[in-house]
Amino acid sequence: MDDRPSDKARTVQVPGLLGTLLLCLLIGMSGCGGESTSTDADGPVVIQYWEKWTGFEADAMRAVVDDFNASQDRVFVKMLSVSGVDQKLLLSTAGGNPPDVVGVWTHTVPVFAEKGALTPLDQYLAEAGIVESDYIPAIWSCCRHRGFTWALPATPASIALHWNKAMFEAAGLDPDKPPTSIQEFEAMAEQLTLVELKRSGETVRVRFPELTEAEREAKVFRIIQLGHSPKEPGWWLEVWGYWFGGEMWDGERAVTAKSDENIEAFEWFADYSRRYGQRNLDTFGASFGNVSSPQNPFLNGQVAMVIQGPWMHNFIEQYSPGMRWGVAAFPSALGQGEPPVTVIESDVLVIPRGAANPDEAFEFIRYVNSRGPMEKLCLGQRKFSPLTDVSETFISQHPNPYIDVFIELAKSPRARSWPTLPIWAEYKDEVRVASDQVYSGGTTVPAALGKVQVRMQKRFDRVLRRWDLVEADRLAEWGGR
Amino acid sequence: MGGALTRGERQNLLKGVGFISPWIIGFAVFGLYPLCASLYYSFCDYDVLNKPAYVGTLNYQEMVGDSVFWKALYNTFYFAVFSIPLGLFMALMIAIMLNQSVRGRSVFRTAYFLPSIVPLIGVSMIWMWLFNGDYSLVNFVLSRIGLTGPGWLTDEAWVKPTLILSGVWQVGGTIVIFLAALQDVPRSLYESAEIDGANAPVRLWHITVPMISPAIYFNLVMGIIGALQEFVRPFVMLGGTGPNRSALFYAVNLYQNAFDYLNMGYACAMAWVLFVIIVLLTWGATAVSRKHVYYGGDG
Repeated sequence: MDDRPSDKARTVQVPGLLGTLLLCLLIGMSGCGGESTSTDADGPVVIQYWEKWTGFEADAMRAVVDDFNASQDRVFVKMLSVSGVDQKLLLSTAGGNPPDVVGVWTHTVPVFAEKGALTPLDQYLAEAGIVESDYIPAIWSCCRHRGFTWALPATPASIALHWNKAMFEAAGLDPDKPPTSIQEFEAMAEQLTLVELKRSGETVRVRFPELTEAEREAKVFRIIQLGHSPKEPGWWLEVWGYWFGGEMWDGERAVTAKSDENIEAFEWFADYSRRYGQRNLDTFGASFGNVSSPQNPFLNGQVAMVIQGPWMHNFIEQYSPGMRWGVAAFPSALGQGEPPVTVIESDVLVIPRGAANPDEAFEFIRYVNSRGPMEKLCLGQRKFSPLTDVSETFISQHPNPYIDVFIELAKSPRARSWPTLPIWAEYKDEVRVASDQVYSGGTTVPAALGKVQVRMQKRFDRVLRRWDLVEADRLAEWGGR
Repeated sequence: MGGALTRGERQNLLKGVGFISPWIIGFAVFGLYPLCASLYYSFCDYDVLNKPAYVGTLNYQEMVGDSVFWKALYNTFYFAVFSIPLGLFMALMIAIMLNQSVRGRSVFRTAYFLPSIVPLIGVSMIWMWLFNGDYSLVNFVLSRIGLTGPGWLTDEAWVKPTLILSGVWQVGGTIVIFLAALQDVPRSLYESAEIDGANAPVRLWHITVPMISPAIYFNLVMGIIGALQEFVRPFVMLGGTGPNRSALFYAVNLYQNAFDYLNMGYACAMAWVLFVIIVLLTWGATAVSRKHVYYGGDG
C-alpha cells in the first residue's frame, strides 16, 4: 500500500488549514472586542454611553452631553440611542465588552447588581462628596441594593391622579375638588360612568348610580364613558396594594403577595368587573388606543380619572391641547392624616462591570447629577429633579403646571418604588396573571394571590440560596473597590 | 476508503475545504457550538451574567412541577392540533382550485401566495385591528348579520381560536408545494377513472390524495415543527401571554425564562425538551404515514 505518505500529508494539512481559519476567526472576534476601548493616546478618553431614550427625551440628554464635552477636554462622551437597552447591557456585559455608561431603569438595578453586572459607586460617591441627603429619599433608595449604591438618577417620575374637569362638570361634580379618600373616589367614579341601555324598548343613556338594582344585576348595558378603570393604563396594577398599605415583600427573605392589604387591594380591583361586568369593560377597553395617541382614553374623554406620570402633560399638549385637567395624589385607603401614596421610578445611569473607563464614566455621571445640568435635562424631558437642592426658577420655568404635585408626592414617606427584588420580573408577571383571574371571576382573590405567594416564595428561596453561597465573596469584592 | 491521493488531488481537497470554509466556520460557530453549549447549560444554573453552575437534572425536574410550563405546553398543543389540519386542508383545497385551468390562473396563484411574504409583525398588527373588540371589522361584519362578536383578543376562551384563524391565512408556502405535487399526478389516471364513472370527490380521494401523499407528509412534518415553535403572533398580538396566560406558547415561555427572568439554564432545558418532543412527533408521523405514503419510484 503506497497511500501512507499522502494520508499523513492530509492529516497534517487539514488541521493546519482549520487552524488557520480558527486564527482568522479569533482575530476577527478580538477586533470587535477592542472597539469600545478606543482611548486615544493624545486626545480625550472616549466613553461609550448607551441610552434608551429617543425623540425629545434623547435630545434633552444630548444637549447635556454636548455641554459636558465642551466643558473639558479629557473625556469625550459618545451617546448612542439603543433599543432594548437592558438586554443589550446583559449580553455585552456577559460578553465582557460593555459600554462605559448605560441608562437603564431603577427596576433593572437590583437584578443586575445582584448578579455582579454593575460597578458599585460607593467609593466614587465618597470621593466626590455625594451623599444621601442630596437626593429625594425614595429616589436614592431605588439606586441601592444590598447596602451598596449602584446607580445615580437621571430623570425620576412619581405618579398621580389625573382628572378631566369638563367630565366632572358634566357629571355635576366640582371640577376643582378631586377625591380625597378611596370611598369618595369610588362614588365619583360611579357618577362619572355613563352607560347606554334599553328601557322598555327605548335606548337611553344614564349615569351608573341611576341604574336600578335589577339593571345593575343584569349588567345588560354598554359603557359610554367610565369614571375610572384600574387597568388603565395598567402599568402599576401589580402594586395597587401600596394604596392599601400593602408591600410586595418584607425587605428581607419573604414574599408578601398574600398580605391582608394586598388582598384588600385586589378585592377593590376585582370589584370593577363585578360592578360593571367584565365583558362590558373588555369591550369598552378594547377601543382604547395607544397611550401616546389621540385614542388614549383619557385624552378623548372615555375615562375621567387615570393614574399617570408627569409625561401625561406632554400627551395632553400634543393630542388634546384644549383639555382642562387637574393632578392630585391618588386617594388611598389609609385614612385621613396619612401621607399620600405614589410609585416612584427613575431612569438611572450605571457603570457596567468590566467597563473600560469607569473613572471617566463616573465623571460624566457626576456632571449630570450636578444641579445645573440635571435641571436642564429634567426641563428638557419635562420631569422633576431628583436632587433636593432645586433652583428657584425650576418650578416656575417648568412646562408642566402640576410639577410641584409630583415633587411633593415623590417626597412623601409613602412614596414606594418597584420592589427591589431580583425576581421582580417574574413576580410581576405572576401578579398580572392573578389579576386576570380575579378580574374574570375565575378565582377568588385570596386563592389567586395564594398561588402567587407559593410560587414566588419558592423562586425567591432559590435566588436566596444562590446569594447565600456567594454573599461573602460578593460583599468583599464590592467593598474592596 | 479512497486510495492514494496524488499531489493534485490533495491540493484540490484543500481548495475545496477552503472554499466551503465560510460555511464550516459559520456552522461551527453559530450552529454547532451554541447547540452543544445549550445542552450543557441545560444542566446548569445559568443566568447569563454569572458562570454556569452545574446542577445535574434539576432544571428538568423543576419543569415537571412547573404549572406554567404545562400550561404553555398545553396551549401549544391545542394550537397545533387545530392549526395543522386546518392549514393542510385549506392549503390543499386552494391548491386544487389553483390547479384548474381557469382564466387568470397566475393572478390567483400570486394573490394566494402573497400573504406568505408579508412580514409577520406587520400581519400581526393588522390582525390586532381586525380582531379588536370594539372597533373591529370582524365584529362589525358579524353585527351586520345579527351576531355579537366575542372579545377575540381579550376573552380567555377566544384567544387561541383567534390565533389559529389568523394563522390559516398564511399558507402560501404549503400551497406551492401542493401545487407542484398536483402537477405531477398523471392525467391518464383521472381519464381512466372518469371512464370508470368516478365522480370528482372519489377521484380526489382515490387518485389525488394518494398520488400527492409525499407532499402531504412533508407539509405535515413542517407543520408540526412550525406550530410547536409558534412565537411571533402570540408575542405581538397578545403581549406574549394573553389574558390569564391563555396564549402563552412554549416558545414564548422559553423566551421569557431566558431573557426576562434570566433563567437561561432552565430555558435551555426547555429548548431540548421541545427538540425531543418534535423528534418524537416527527417520528410518529413518519411511522403512521409509512403505510400510506406512496412514492412513485417505489413501484
